[in-house]
Amino acid sequence: MSNSILELEMLRKNFGGVVAVSDLSLHIEQGSITSLIGPNGAGKTTIFNLVTGFLEPSSGQIRFSGRIVNKMKPHTIASIGIGRTFQNVQIFPKMSVIENIMVGRHLRSRAGIFYSCILPPFLRKEEKRIHEAAEEQLHFLDLAQYAHTPAGSLPLGNQRMLEIARALALEPKLLLLDEPASGLNARETIAMGELIEKIKQMNITVLLVEHDMELVMDISDYVAVINFGRLIAQGPPAEIQENKDVIAAYLGE
Amino acid sequence: MKGKNSAGFLVLIISIILIPFLVTNDYYLGVLIFTAFNCLASIGLCLLMGYAGQISIGHGAFVAIGAYTSGILTAKFAWSPWIAMLCGVLLVIVIAFCLGIPALRLKGHYLAMATLGFASIVHIVAVAAVDLTGGPSGLVNIPRLDFFGYVLNSDKQYFYFSWSVVALGVYIAFNLINSRVGRGLQAIHGSEDAAASLGINITSYKVQVFILSAVFASVSGSLYAYYMNYIDPGPFDVSYSVLLVTMVAVGGLHNIWGALIGAIFLSLLPEFLSFLSDYLQLLGIEYQPDYDTLVYGGILLTIMLFLPEGIFVSLVNAIGFVKASMKKLAGKKFSGGSAGREQ
Repeated sequence: MSNSILELEMLRKNFGGVVAVSDLSLHIEQGSITSLIGPNGAGKTTIFNLVTGFLEPSSGQIRFSGRIVNKMKPHTIASIGIGRTFQNVQIFPKMSVIENIMVGRHLRSRAGIFYSCILPPFLRKEEKRIHEAAEEQLHFLDLAQYAHTPAGSLPLGNQRMLEIARALALEPKLLLLDEPASGLNARETIAMGELIEKIKQMNITVLLVEHDMELVMDISDYVAVINFGRLIAQGPPAEIQENKDVIAAYLGE
Repeated sequence: MKGKNSAGFLVLIISIILIPFLVTNDYYLGVLIFTAFNCLASIGLCLLMGYAGQISIGHGAFVAIGAYTSGILTAKFAWSPWIAMLCGVLLVIVIAFCLGIPALRLKGHYLAMATLGFASIVHIVAVAAVDLTGGPSGLVNIPRLDFFGYVLNSDKQYFYFSWSVVALGVYIAFNLINSRVGRGLQAIHGSEDAAASLGINITSYKVQVFILSAVFASVSGSLYAYYMNYIDPGPFDVSYSVLLVTMVAVGGLHNIWGALIGAIFLSLLPEFLSFLSDYLQLLGIEYQPDYDTLVYGGILLTIMLFLPEGIFVSLVNAIGFVKASMKKLAGKKFSGGSAGREQ
């Protein structure tokens, strides 16, 4: 992997005496779909939280496009081009679907509190641009019919789609999806897989945590297997399926 | 503003224009002017509580700072009331900034504690700094407001002026809510983690809206000082801050109209109760003004228990329910038995 967008070097995270991530080194190739898999509690979500600034590493280094991002706050990390979704869907339930996506345009617009209060003409133009960009995302994800529905009343599958639409509105370079297919039925899972491949074609690197092995093996360019916070295998899906350590970790031998 | 909100705004403007023609009694007009001050402070507090999810139990202190800055600069130093009002606003911005930064960096309701403490301090200073504030006996000779020499002398003029400021406050609040910043605030309220993951600086936003809400309170205080021409620490104790929080909560946290209705309701309630006591006396029931507190408590408890979303939302829901049942009834009447079969 020569051309990597995200590099984790000897990354470690302790919670008190518990080591959630243990000296993990991993490079994510630009423009790829990479899946993190592993048993529950292996440290996958912790890795996501470290990369997106929700947790600070105990030691080691995280580099994004060559920049060290260890100490950055989540909102700063978003501003340099890392978008994410959450394992337990975090939409804004009382806001409408389109408003949810409009929040995703936050970093692509500039109005401050003062101008927002008095609403000068140039702000109306910016509002219009935000609205148009959000509508584009709505159509891209086939959510247009729900535009004015409160997000909290959508079925789970659509809420997951909405969360991705909102993260895409950020125009990230790297998108982290935390179990995008969990809770989805078979048809929705297939749609999710197609969506993730479409996102890749938009030249956005995708890193995902997922338990649905069929989906993972289907869409991933690379798979990284984590167990007890360590990387135990890494490579293309076909190789991983043959790997003895991986089979042992999953079957508990 | 759009849709129902602009219709509501129109109703507000028309009411403001008409009320002085309907209420000719100066006492009641005065009560309505005080109501305007409460409305203004409540709108600001509603932005903080309903949209940023933070509670300030010290907004009375910002009202007091606005009132005292205006009072001291005009009565003691003969500054223009407008400049004095602006100074109050600037002072409150600085104070809210200093108070908000440490309190709002933490998750949870630390702001409530910080503002509660702050409100006590401001009240103590107002009582004790006799040279500056006049102490318990108050500050006199505060001038009336004027527009380029045209002084707002009558209550009617002041009614129009203060309620115009309320209307402006409502307009500003709705602009904010429907803007990029407003969506950011609502997002923070919905999920702080998701908001941060989209690039929203949570602390900065909370501090900004806290400052804005303090500015609303400060302007309200200045208007109060220019109307009364006299201020003392009495009305600005901690219980006033609690009353403001109650106004917002009673009306409905997540709605500017709710805050407005809550403020109007609780401002007029004492008048209504004293009005009611006259009738009760006729019926042979001795109503003491002390009972007010009891009635207050009862009303608040009832609203909090049975209408937790506040008066406004409950009212809207009730109207919707009545409309739906009317439709049902009308449907049955006109289509006879066929409607029954459909169900």
